[in-house]
Amino acid sequence: MSTLLNKNELVAALERLAADIAAALPQGAPLAVVGIRRRGETLARRLLPLLEKVGTPSQHYGVLDITLYRDDLTTIGPHAVVRGTELDFDLKDTWLVLVDDVLFTGRSVRAALDALTDFGRPQAIRLAVLVDRGWRELPIQPDFTGLRVETTRDQIVKVMLEEVDGVDEVELHE
Amino acid sequence: MSESENGTLVWKRKHLLTLEELSREEIVHILDTAHGFEEVSTRSVKKVPALRGHVVVTMFFEDSTRTRMSFTLAAQRLSADILDFSEKMSSTKKGESLRDTARNIEAMGVDIMIIRHGAAGSARSLTESVNCCVVNAGDGQHEHPTQGLLDLYTIRQRKGKVEGLKVAIVGDIAHSRVARSNLHALLKCGAEVTFVGPPALVPGVFRELGAKVTHDFDAVLPEMDVINMLRIQRERMTSNAFPSTREYVRLFGMNAERFKRCKPDVLIMHPGPVNRGVELSADIADGPNSSILSQVTNGLAIRMAVLFLCQQAASA
Repeated sequence: MSTLLNKNELVAALERLAADIAAALPQGAPLAVVGIRRRGETLARRLLPLLEKVGTPSQHYGVLDITLYRDDLTTIGPHAVVRGTELDFDLKDTWLVLVDDVLFTGRSVRAALDALTDFGRPQAIRLAVLVDRGWRELPIQPDFTGLRVETTRDQIVKVMLEEVDGVDEVELHE
Repeated sequence: MSESENGTLVWKRKHLLTLEELSREEIVHILDTAHGFEEVSTRSVKKVPALRGHVVVTMFFEDSTRTRMSFTLAAQRLSADILDFSEKMSSTKKGESLRDTARNIEAMGVDIMIIRHGAAGSARSLTESVNCCVVNAGDGQHEHPTQGLLDLYTIRQRKGKVEGLKVAIVGDIAHSRVARSNLHALLKCGAEVTFVGPPALVPGVFRELGAKVTHDFDAVLPEMDVINMLRIQRERMTSNAFPSTREYVRLFGMNAERFKRCKPDVLIMHPGPVNRGVELSADIADGPNSSILSQVTNGLAIRMAVLFLCQQAASA
């Protein structure tokens, strides 16, 4: 096991993400931040005060449960827990930043895009991830990346967040 | 039953046949899953692709409006394809057995069968003839598990908990599968259940299942947190077991006068369809303490959850 990000580095990575999002946001566009359950949700919530600090407060916040949209439901099987989606705003014309913890095959993001489509039509969707570990199976790339890391296919990137796991750390497991 | 790495229950049943055989954890898992599905019905596009490419067939050998529609809509919201088997137009009228009918339907590539049948145990015996998932939508006077679940869900939603609540189930308990499913679910979740009705319809033998039994509604009225008024099922009634309708209403009907003696926040439930003026007077059925319409709405989320979980277990 090796540590990819400690607590301070994780905070710094999130601050960088917030700054990058702020710099890319088109003038006057209504910003919406939507996290993918569960750790993407926590990261998205953490981005809110950081975005405010750099002068681009998010006007909307939402949570996406992609369980029902996954194409690998049969392989993740009955472990899937449906917690529901919370998008209490009109997606139309928003500049929507989708947030997830780890970008791997891209299948979660594909499912999230399908789910978002059922709710409305944002003006644009961008993807922010804490860790990009490679090994994409779909033509999906992040717009904002906290950390890019080379991995082998079998390694596991474990993102732990205080709100969910009691500690802030990103680890690489063999 | 086992637990996943994040501590939540792993659902392993591909059939839902009774609530009697489920653990408290399994029941709570269905309710929690249903909560996740509630939001789907509030979307502008009220559909998710969870059962896309799967085939669901409803096989109702007894009349039903809301249960069949609720299951059909639940399956549609999960993007399944729906077949409707109607006995009146089918070969069972030509003498085909349930077993042969079911096996023939399954051969078309069906993933989930939803069955309502007049014989107790029919859903379970179906699982011996077919390989697909079987969901019991009511088997004789035995069980109606999704009704029990949606009632429990409604109680939890309106009261915030189930544990410790006093629940009266009033009416024709002897013939009621709803009463049995409710009893099992409520007892497992820590509620106290009292069956109320005339002696012929509420035999004392129900005490053996863990219920309290009384024939005096007025005596228990003031202490109840939830009162579930069952429908008087004329179609199941043998003539002399039942007092006259007027007598029944006088002793067991819920009306404004009785309501005044209830707790102010009492929850009044009814599985429908209501015989207005018999089990419930109209002002009570439509009043703020009534959950009749939320029961119908919640039934949809419960049935989506059940179809989803059973299919998940089957494909695991």
